[in-house]
Amino acid sequence: MLSAETGTTTPGTIVSLRGVHKSFGDVEVLRGLDLDVRMGEVIALLGRSGSGKSTALRCINGLEKIQRGTITVCGHEVARMGRDLRPLRKDVGIVFQSYNLFPHLTVEQNVTISPKLVKGVDAKTASLLAADTLARVGLLDKRDAYPEQLSGGQQQRVAIARALAMEPKVMLFDEVTSALDPELTGEVLRAMERLARDGMTMIVVTHEVAFARKVADRVVFMYRGQIRETGPASLLDTPQTDELKQFLEHDL
Amino acid sequence: MPEFGPNQFVFLLHGAVWTIALSVLSLVIGAVFAFVVALCRISGSRTVRAISAIYVQAIQGTPLMVLMLISYFGLNILGVDVPALVGATIAMTLYVSAFLGEVWRGSLLSIPRTQWEASECLGHSRAARMRHIILPQAVKISIPPTVTFMVQIVKNTSLASIIGFVELTQAGKLVNNSTFQPFVCFLCVAALYFAVCYPISLWGRHLEKQYNVVR
Repeated sequence: MLSAETGTTTPGTIVSLRGVHKSFGDVEVLRGLDLDVRMGEVIALLGRSGSGKSTALRCINGLEKIQRGTITVCGHEVARMGRDLRPLRKDVGIVFQSYNLFPHLTVEQNVTISPKLVKGVDAKTASLLAADTLARVGLLDKRDAYPEQLSGGQQQRVAIARALAMEPKVMLFDEVTSALDPELTGEVLRAMERLARDGMTMIVVTHEVAFARKVADRVVFMYRGQIRETGPASLLDTPQTDELKQFLEHDL
Repeated sequence: MPEFGPNQFVFLLHGAVWTIALSVLSLVIGAVFAFVVALCRISGSRTVRAISAIYVQAIQGTPLMVLMLISYFGLNILGVDVPALVGATIAMTLYVSAFLGEVWRGSLLSIPRTQWEASECLGHSRAARMRHIILPQAVKISIPPTVTFMVQIVKNTSLASIIGFVELTQAGKLVNNSTFQPFVCFLCVAALYFAVCYPISLWGRHLEKQYNVVR
């Protein structure tokens, strides 16, 4: 994988951000973000509200257009893809804070609709795929329920299954437990942990420091649109910068 | 002078049939264009959005009666020999396309942005997203205003009497001119309008219930 601005990146790199700048009007949210994610790596993206971590995630799958820099994901140069981002979306799954399940479809239909529509998978195969992914998040018994009949934690796990059914190479998690109480948070985090153990490449924007410590291979702390500090999860016990120290003090 | 009797009532019934015919024609043809208008109004292209917005403004800013006069007398003066039914249908279709188009645009936009995003992020094409994610939800929301609008359309067909189209109102006027019994005559006209509109309202209520049961 090549990066236009700085030459080669290490082999096995699946997501690569180079000098990414993103502004909303006059507000500069990302100010030269560099990040490399290797295959199978679990990255926890930490930072205060407004530090640009969610924006970074949305830029990675093309939901936001960047002003400068390059983003390469699974060989796709996101900024140069034009309007049709479907090849990128086949490789990247995303889970949102507000679940965003399709309310008019059952749990199983939520999971099967994309493989059917996008990959042309037949109904029977899609159903088997749904059974497999729903089992992975522990919700096989809810396949005929509608989203509104589920708890927030269950809805979020369906959202994870829905993304998994597309067999993405990278999964993005955008503060997926922020709307949940501690108990429901636990069940979602356990589903994510299982996913991490299965070798999925994951970029997780989170406020759950405990989860980052336990599951993440690498912690990235963002501050004002840049990476302030990065390293293994043990970094959270030995923060080097004042900003990360402060963040951890307030968060714990 | 003839009395208001069965013959006169049958004449009114004929008028009611033409009212229904004009309503169905303009609603069916108008709905097709209304859907196109709704899609154009939320198009990704700024030009398409602007043109469709001007179209809607122009039609909404013109009284239906004037649309009738333009499409009937206007076309006839241009040398196109237009029967009253065709002239009325053209005017009503324009009217329906603009107003129903706006109703449907509102229904589409009332689906949260996060639904469009979630669909997009799963790799759905624009057409698939519209067909499988947005429309099923938007249709449900659009039922009450659409049914209300249909009832209005039935009543608005009475304006076609201005171009001499013998629908229910025009039939009522003709009967009244010969019998000079306005009270009986126009009460019958009103009752016939009610007989057409009320089932539509009932049907609308049934649809609302049916769609609420689904979830």
